[in-house]
Order: sequence, then C-alpha cells, then structure tokens
Amino acid sequence: MATGVQRVSQQLTMADLKGKVDPDWCPGCGDFGVLAAVQKALVELRIPTYNVVTISGIGCSSNFPGYMNTYGMHTLHGRALAVATGLKLANHELTVLVTGGDGDGFGIGGNHFVHSMRRNVDLLYIVMDNQIYGLTTGQTSPTSRIGMKTKSMPFGNIEAPVNPISLALAAGATFVARGFSGEQKHLTELIKQGIEHPGFSFLDVFSPCVTYNHDNTYQWFRPRVKKLEDDSAHDPTNWMAAMEKSLLWGEEIPIGKFFERTDVSTLHGAEPVLNDGPLVHGDLKVPPEVARSFVEELM
Amino acid sequence: MKQTFAIGIGGAAGQGVATPGDIFAKIFSRRGLHLNAYNAYQSIIRGGHTLLTIRTGTQKVTNMGDRLDLLIPLNQDTMDRHLQLLTAGAACIYNADTIKPGPAADGVQLCPLPVSELADISRNKVAQNTLAMGAGLHMMGIAFQALEEVLREQFKKKGEAVVAENVGVARAGYDYAAARFMAFPNPIPKTDNRYAILSGNVAMAMGGAAAGVKFYCAYPMSPSTGVLHWMAAHARKAGIMVRQVEDEIGVINMTIGAAHAGVRAMCATSGGGFALMSEGLGMSAMIETPVVVINCQRAGPSTGVPTKTEQGDLWQMLGAAFGDYPRVIAAPLDIGDCFKVIPEIFNLADRFQCPGLVLCDLLLSEGRLSVHPNELNFSQNIDRGELIMTNGNGNGASIAAARNGDYKRYKITDSGISPRAVPGVPGHIHTVATDEHMEDGVLISDEFTNPVKRRAMMEKRMRKVAGIEAAVPPPTLAGPRDADVTLIGWGSTKGVIEEACEILNEEGISANQLQIRWLVPLHGEAILDILRDSRHTIIVENNYSGQFARYLRSETSFVPDGHIRKYDGEPFMPHHIVAAVKQQLAGQTKLSVPMHEIMV
Repeated sequence: MATGVQRVSQQLTMADLKGKVDPDWCPGCGDFGVLAAVQKALVELRIPTYNVVTISGIGCSSNFPGYMNTYGMHTLHGRALAVATGLKLANHELTVLVTGGDGDGFGIGGNHFVHSMRRNVDLLYIVMDNQIYGLTTGQTSPTSRIGMKTKSMPFGNIEAPVNPISLALAAGATFVARGFSGEQKHLTELIKQGIEHPGFSFLDVFSPCVTYNHDNTYQWFRPRVKKLEDDSAHDPTNWMAAMEKSLLWGEEIPIGKFFERTDVSTLHGAEPVLNDGPLVHGDLKVPPEVARSFVEELM
Repeated sequence: MKQTFAIGIGGAAGQGVATPGDIFAKIFSRRGLHLNAYNAYQSIIRGGHTLLTIRTGTQKVTNMGDRLDLLIPLNQDTMDRHLQLLTAGAACIYNADTIKPGPAADGVQLCPLPVSELADISRNKVAQNTLAMGAGLHMMGIAFQALEEVLREQFKKKGEAVVAENVGVARAGYDYAAARFMAFPNPIPKTDNRYAILSGNVAMAMGGAAAGVKFYCAYPMSPSTGVLHWMAAHARKAGIMVRQVEDEIGVINMTIGAAHAGVRAMCATSGGGFALMSEGLGMSAMIETPVVVINCQRAGPSTGVPTKTEQGDLWQMLGAAFGDYPRVIAAPLDIGDCFKVIPEIFNLADRFQCPGLVLCDLLLSEGRLSVHPNELNFSQNIDRGELIMTNGNGNGASIAAARNGDYKRYKITDSGISPRAVPGVPGHIHTVATDEHMEDGVLISDEFTNPVKRRAMMEKRMRKVAGIEAAVPPPTLAGPRDADVTLIGWGSTKGVIEEACEILNEEGISANQLQIRWLVPLHGEAILDILRDSRHTIIVENNYSGQFARYLRSETSFVPDGHIRKYDGEPFMPHHIVAAVKQQLAGQTKLSVPMHEIMV
C-alpha cells in the first residue's frame, strides 16, 4: 500500500473518474481497455481522486491523463518518470500513476526507466506497449520484433527488441507484471495490486495498435497469452523463476504478475528528511538556531 | 591604492596546497580582515599544477589583485613558473633541500628553509608546508599563537601527539624566520570585525535554504558541484530533500515534478548540463510551474576547460528552450550576492509562475570571499504568489474559492498570472500539459486546434513580462556621472572593474561603472538613459565574441566605443583593465584582449 493513501467512504463510480474530454484514440485501440481498467481499479480502491496524480510523457497513450478525473501532468517525451519521482518525493501522500508508451518509456525515456526502478520510487508505471510508434505515424519502436516492416525500416527491423520484463527484473523493480488490454478483469486486478504495492510497480500491457501494427494484433495475442495466475507452480517471490518466465515468447506468452517483493524500502521511506511528513507540508523557514550554525561553520 | 597582502601557494594537486590556504584564510579572517581566494587548477586529482591566491586587507577585497607579496612554491615547477611574478618587496619561501630558485627581480627576498634540518621529514610528509606557514607568519608580523590555535583545531581529532608535532614544526619555521629572514615592512593589521568565508556555491546553496528550498537535485558537474555538496551535507538539518540524479535531463524534470507538488525546488549545473535541461525549462514555462536553475559557467564549448572560468553561456541562457516564454535571468555580482539573489529570484519565479535562471561562473562558484555574517540573512521575505495549497504554505486564493468544474488552472487574467492549485487540494482537479491548452488545461493541439485560443494563451503567458519588468529594479551607475570612461560589465566582473576604476581615478582618469545584475529583464531604456551621457563606453567581459555587447545591441541598438575581452580561462586582473582603458582612450585600439601573465 502506498504510504498515506486515503480511502473515500462513499462508493465511487466510473463517471467520477471520467476526464473533461473523451479519448481521441483510433477506434479499436488497445488503450481504451487500459483506461477503463485504471478507472475501474481506482473505483474499487476508493482513493480520493484529488489525491491521485496521473503523469505521462508524449505519444498516443500519453494523452491518458486528460481522460482521467484526477490531477494530471502531460509532460515531455520520455520524462514522465523523472517528473513523477520529484512529485512523489515532495508529497508522498499522493498516489502516483505514470502512463505512456513503449517508445516513450523504453526509447527516449530508457535512462529514467532503469534508474527509477533501482530507486524503488513508490508509483505504478503502466506502459501501453504496442510495439510501434503511433503518433508519429508508424515507425519501429524498441519493442518491435526483428523483421517487422515499418516506415522507418521498410525492409524489416534488424535490431533485437528490448525485453521490458527482463529489464525491469534486472533493474530491481519490486513489482513486475504484464497485462493484455483484451483481458480487462485480469488487467484491473494487476493495476490494483500495482497501486497497492509499496515501491516501483512496473506493468507492461499489450495494447494493440490497430492502425500501424499489423503483426501484433488482438488476434495474434489472444491465443498466445497465458495467465501466470493459472499456473499453480508459479511463485512470484522467486526472482530467478520470474526471469526465466520473462524469456518466454512465441506460441506461449505469459501475462500476470511475474515478481513481487516487499522487503525493500521505498525511496521516500528510506529518507529521514521525510520523517515528519511530506515536504510540501513542512515549514519553509530554517529554524534560527540551525541557520546560525550554518553561518558559524564559515567563521 | 588599496593596502592588501597577497599570498600565492602552488604545487601539484595532492601536495597539500589547500590546507595552508585554508589555514592562512582562517588566520586572516580571525584578525577581522577581508579576503578573496582564487584557486587556479586543472581537472586532475593528483599532479598538474595548482596556484592558490589569497589576498587580504582591512577593506573589502573583491578580486585576486595584481601583485603577489609572498610566494610559497611546494615544488620546483611552481618556482619555475611564478618566481618571475614577484617584484621588489615580495618574498619567496621554499624548501632548500628540493627546490632551486631561478633568477629573481631586484628587491625580492629568497627565503630557503633547510627542511630536513628543521623537521623529521620521514615522519611528517607535509613538513615543508607547515614550516613555510610558520616562517610566513613571522614575516607577516603575526604572533605564533594564531597559527597554533588553528593547527590545534585542524589536528584535534588525530590526538595530542599529532597536534604537538605539527605545532612544533610550525614553531621551528617561525623561529627560523625570526633569525634569518626579513619581515615585511607593514605587519598584517587586525580589526574587531568578524567575517564568514565562503564560496559562491556555498552561498547559493545557503541562499536556497533561506529561500525555503525543500527539494534540490543535481548531476555532478564542475564547477557547480559545490552546491550539491553543501546541500547534501546540510540536508537533514535544513529539512531539504537532496537527490543525485542519472543525468541533467532527469534533474530538471525531477525538479519540476517536486515544484509542481508545491515545494520550492532548485538545481544547479554547468553549461553542458544546462544544454540538456533546455527542453525541461520550456515545460516549466508552459505548465507554469516555477523552478530555479543555476548555471555555473566554465570555459566552453563542449567539455571545454572544466576548471576554468568564462562568461560564455549568455546566449545559451537567452536561447534556452524553444518558443517564446516569460522568464527571469540574474547574474550575481559577487559571492555575497550569490546568497541574496536566490530568495529574490524564487519570489519572482513563484509570483510569475515561470523559470528563474541564475547565471553564475567558476570565478564566483569556486572562489572564496569574506562576507559579513549579517549578509547571510535567513529571515528572508518568502512570497509564493497566487498558490493554493492545503495548508498555510500558499498565500493565494482559498480552497473554498473554487469548486470542481469552476477552477481554471490557466484562467486568463490581466496580469497573466492564474491561481495555481497543487495536487492533493480538493475541488481543484486539473491536468497540466506541455501541449498548448485552454484555460481549463484541455489541449488545443491534438484533436483540434484553435488560433484564437492559442493567441489568447500566448498573450496570457507573455503578459507576465510586464509584471516582471515592474518587479525588478533597473541597473544604476556607480561613480561620477561625467567620467572620462564608463566601464560596462555583468555578473562576476563587478569587483575587478570596481578596482580598475579606483586605480584609473588615482591615476587621473575618471571612470564610472555600469554593472548588470538582471539580464532578463534588461531594462534597455534605463541603460540607454545612463549611457547617453557617457563620454567613452567600454564593455568588459570574459568571453570571445562579446556576448553581452551583442545582447545589449540587439535590445537597445547601443554600440559601445570599445571592448575588453578575455577568454583564456583565467579571470581579469585589475591591471588588465587599466592598461586596456588607457590604450583605448589613446585611440590605439577598440578591442583589447589582455594576456594572462600567470601560467596556470
């Protein structure tokens, strides 16, 4: 559970979570399913909407905050996690959701992705992974498969894709999961767990791009995805096993919670400066005797 | 001319140049003297050549000056490089066992110390430094007790034996000098004043704490790293969250995230890091979340000379981020001003909800100056502008003033300032966006665009510029209005230009000074009013192309009579400016580039 998260007593409805405008995604886009699942998860968790901040970068899926009735920040391409880290450290009572795409998170934002995970910043990072650049009209992304033909690689991609799940495990994420936009209930459950997990929760979601990616479609994913929750032998506390599962790709692609550990302190939990509560509620003035000691040191 | 005394201590990095420097600085400051310290060094941890200059006097000492009175070379290289700088009346104390003096000017006193006779060098590796300090102290006419006191503090943690040994070695140097060397004719004076000695980086960090900064983050980069070090060391006492980030792109974005949550957030870097922050600054301007960013300039371009000073980033600051947006840019004038400018710029950034940029340089960042403790005033007025928070930290509209649906984060107002609610405040939910947006935050960039609304939002933001101009005072002229020459500078050159003016006035050339502290807003009309009466105008700056001259011309069409520029990595010395002014007044040139005589 994220520190200091409050619950509202009255029941929230899906309408309470709906933003000022409707999504402008293409009809059939996988991101609709992710939006609905996030809203559903917040309704079920009863977190006051004014205590939630949804932060995104730039891209189709990064329009997400505008479709939510929470505080939102639609930041720069690739920078959402860095902004979110600063915001969470300044007010750790807020519930922070970061949303974006695979280009935003694994391409231009790759550095922040790795470092946010090793810091165990307490937030849920949802990547709507469609293996393509959509808003720029269809170029190869860091998760595009070898051989995939796009406008930027018309003769087929020759670069190996990044494996987000293995990368997250290696970088020290304390909650690592994968969802599928076509599996609403399962996805909602993962989002709820990710919000409640104390630390960095990474949720990679297959969110098909119906306009530009003709390889990784709903039809392609549906027979392949297998829920880890249905595998009684899967132990999400076993990091090595999670790493092995993360390498599965092909006829069978696991979705669900790969790994979780709760024995690592969150970044804000490890910083004694926050012992007296969020920075944003603290006194702006340095106490006079402390200020005097700062000057005395120099004399 | 000002009565000052300057010591130069030189050696290889790792030879312990800093310790005698710190000890002399402490002794001078405890005698109630002003001082200025400048360390010329390289980007190396061991080896190379560093020369620390400490200049002291009863009056304010603003720069390294023109003259060394005492040189302490800790190796042959230092002797070879700098003995020639000494003129009549100066002295050089050196280890006679390992260092040979070269030819010295008439009237220079060579003071060889037989180090192996005076101390057990197998036990004390820095015996030559301690002996030289003792000898120097005697020649300056200061009682030994002053040095003993500082050495005791310095070695207290290592136990009485180490204290006794070092005091003994220092005493041997002191006594040897008493018997063999001639003391300086004017003993170092003493006053009842007490000053704090600090660097510009420490001053800016403390200024941040005084301004109520609660979040500071950085990526290490010379010469800005001192801000990070002070912040990190004092974070827990001051209640500041300090983070080291993966890169400067992360730094600016993390700073903006913290600021957006409602705290005062600051970061510092140098030119290269600032380049990476450019896009983030645009976000601060577009979402109207105020942050303060410090750029401590070093000699560029690219990696450049990381340990050398320059004023070469002006146009980078002016051009940072794409598009038009309101911001303020200040160039602190001296190390005391490094402290003062931070609370000031935070109040402006908060009131006008825009980025505040501080353009410092290595000379101030890493130089050290004596500052009266009253100048380091932590009881600063904190004005957070129209900020809506759940507790008393904001002084904007009250929470009850808006219900959800009514609140418009980017409400169009006459001032261009819209009340800013932070996440966590009930009834004020909104999304901020780097895309252009309407008053309520909804985008006017993706699904639909709207030229009328885009224009209205541009004008809303840019209306803040008028408010900023009214809030920042125009620059003023120092010295007689009808002077023969007006020297125009900006930022860190204030002290050296001031001293050059004093020397010129003593030599019968009346000079005045226009020093620019606020680069944006510049107050071009006020500057023109001042310069209209000037007989001869010269712009002095530490860069190749005359960046400020070009800026002033672009803003006001003003063209000065001449330029004095320096881009060798070292700061101006007063005589550089004095000589150049004389040349230019004699009509010999319009562009002077003084040669730096000290090889460092």
